[in-house]
Amino acid sequence: MKLSRDLTCAEVVELVTEYLEGGLSAPERERFEEHLGVCDWCVTYLEQMRQTIGSTGQLREEDLDPQLQDALIEVFRGWKTE
Amino acid sequence: MHYGWRVSSPESTVQTVSALEDRELVAALRTGDETVFSRLVREHGPGMLRVARNYVSSQAVAEEVVQEAWLGVLRGLDRFEGRSSFKTWLYRILMNTAMSRGEREARTVPFATLAGEVGDDEPAIDPSRFTAEGRWAGHWAVPPDNWASPEPRLLEAEGREVIDRTIAQLPEAQAIVITMCDIEGFGPEEVCNVLDISLTNQRVLLHRARSRVRQALEDYMGETRAR
Repeated sequence: MKLSRDLTCAEVVELVTEYLEGGLSAPERERFEEHLGVCDWCVTYLEQMRQTIGSTGQLREEDLDPQLQDALIEVFRGWKTE
Repeated sequence: MHYGWRVSSPESTVQTVSALEDRELVAALRTGDETVFSRLVREHGPGMLRVARNYVSSQAVAEEVVQEAWLGVLRGLDRFEGRSSFKTWLYRILMNTAMSRGEREARTVPFATLAGEVGDDEPAIDPSRFTAEGRWAGHWAVPPDNWASPEPRLLEAEGREVIDRTIAQLPEAQAIVITMCDIEGFGPEEVCNVLDISLTNQRVLLHRARSRVRQALEDYMGETRAR
């Protein structure tokens, strides 16, 4: 049984983050996925969002500039003598 | 003396500080354990610097903020009660330090003010890209193109530069939330605890930020395709 009308693409693009973050209720999720089942463009959009998130994650830097690291050790040593 | 934090070979295993209980960590810092301190700095330093960068005008000032925040952490060790995680506590101190520094630089308004402004309508996609009327109202008129997966250009320095620049131009609250969630890997609850915002606000801010970054990447792809 249909509880409400189908989602539009304009609505789907606003629900993408809730969908990806697990914020949709089960019926909302079902409606969302129903739309994806019939709309390749929104599947493409969702994939673009996934790629956006993945690429953003690549900005992460693992290493701290050694000079700042040294400066922080100096902060620590200074604090110990306080 | 060498503390061994510049470990670069992938085979070497470095014990992560988060494996230690928070209260053991704090106890070790109180006794002046420099090894634990340098590990903490290595683990959290890059993220702290990037988050701080959203509040202040230059990399140099962001570095000063990180130093000031660590001093605040050390001086406040006795006040750590373990009600939040060490990481949450650390970032709250960083936020407060960065905000007061930002205010001194006269460019920051308090986070709560910005986070409260999520009510404004800001569509993820320009509404003109959807059909306005008729049977297909609300459906794509100008649909998105299929990006190759993985799209090589998004993996290159230029693609990263587009993202970095876009985040720098976002409203501050959006920039901070996307930095914490999608760059530094904070969970949604951690973000809410550090920033004192609701889960709903966190999602709205993240959604707007991601939507803008996606749009910037789409524009970039269109431009490079035309080249």
